[in-house]
Amino acid sequence: MGNLTNERSIVSYHRTPPGSQPSRIHQPYRSTPSRNPNQALIFLPHTLSETTGPVYGHDPIAENDNDLTKQHPGEPQGMRIIVTGRVLDDNGRPVPNTLIEIWQANAAGRYVHQRDQHPAPLDPNFSGAGRTLTDENGVYRFVTVKPGPYPWFNHYNAWRPSHIHFSVFGRAFLSRLITQMYFPDDPLFPYDPIFQSVPDEKARQRMISKFDLELTQPQWALGFRFDIVLRGPEATPFEA
Amino acid sequence: MEFVPTPSQTVGPYLHIGLTRKHAKPCIAGPQAKGERVWLECRVLDGDGAPVNDAMVEIWQADSQGKYNHPDDPQSQTADPECRGFGRVASGDDGSCEFETIKPGRVAGPGNTQQAPHLNVAVYARGILLQLYTRIYFAGDPANEQDPVLALVPKERRGTLMAQPDPDRAGGWRFDFRLSGANETVFFDV
Repeated sequence: MGNLTNERSIVSYHRTPPGSQPSRIHQPYRSTPSRNPNQALIFLPHTLSETTGPVYGHDPIAENDNDLTKQHPGEPQGMRIIVTGRVLDDNGRPVPNTLIEIWQANAAGRYVHQRDQHPAPLDPNFSGAGRTLTDENGVYRFVTVKPGPYPWFNHYNAWRPSHIHFSVFGRAFLSRLITQMYFPDDPLFPYDPIFQSVPDEKARQRMISKFDLELTQPQWALGFRFDIVLRGPEATPFEA
Repeated sequence: MEFVPTPSQTVGPYLHIGLTRKHAKPCIAGPQAKGERVWLECRVLDGDGAPVNDAMVEIWQADSQGKYNHPDDPQSQTADPECRGFGRVASGDDGSCEFETIKPGRVAGPGNTQQAPHLNVAVYARGILLQLYTRIYFAGDPANEQDPVLALVPKERRGTLMAQPDPDRAGGWRFDFRLSGANETVFFDV
């Protein structure tokens, strides 16, 4: 039975600023109204149940899990890219040893999935899944190919901007983040209701990676930087 | 604030590629874990009552003694090494998914309260831009009466957070996530 008065058990995490996260029901994204609650969410003060989370017990990371171009005998088609960045909390502290999982379409915009049947070729040398752990400074790195845009059925002539899905755990169940990383200057941004579901313009920019010439490796791959910020704790009692 | 959390986006319909094809975790607590064994069968339903066949459910819970396997849990005992505490699965064509676990112990709540045994849940799917957090409690547990979180929920809606025992299966429990509409599940602003 828990000791109720231990100060560590009453740590709260920051809430996110208004407009910085997507609207749950965003009418232009047509599947949102039937898949999100109509009633207001009930405000939950944080307890140990929310401020702890799965930090142990992930499966081991295998060689080439973070290099999506080396998971098959041949190289995938497309523009080879390096995607790297840091995972920080909203206090600016690195989040070390946390699991990042990614998945994406191939260079032609096709997912290896039975529900994606649009007429673009599969690539026998590309599965589109990767995972890694951040290092002690919160840094991660993937090598992959740039995914193509692809059509969907949300509205007439709907196309998703190129993106890589990111899943990040962080330290607490409430810091868990699943997002999409976009590429700079995509002409599809104004037409994409998923990207546009985030009300604040500055917040939308946080989902766009930055081209980085210093990361770019001559004769080999373009570099993109994508830093990720997770919700962090209010003053940690033992450090305050 | 200088560091603002990155916006969430939907997992989309192809989440399986990255999250559950090779890394589903239907077993939250292995057969050697201490505690009352639970087989939890869930269904995810949309606002029309139709099954959601492309959802993912994640669960985080304490062990049978109410200890989280996490460095911030201040209790002195070590967490049961057989209880991972974390599970995730994708829903099938009929919107259902199943976990094997143990009933968690009670965990400290605000002030001098004790929370009733509960599972912490996040639901993800195409059409869900930001994960939906809820909790699963066990119907009939006397501790539910004193639970500080259930006390925040209007009485007439508390039932939506109760797993019900499966009369046909020892240790079996059932829970429906109703994402929208009539008898909608209570979701929390966490």
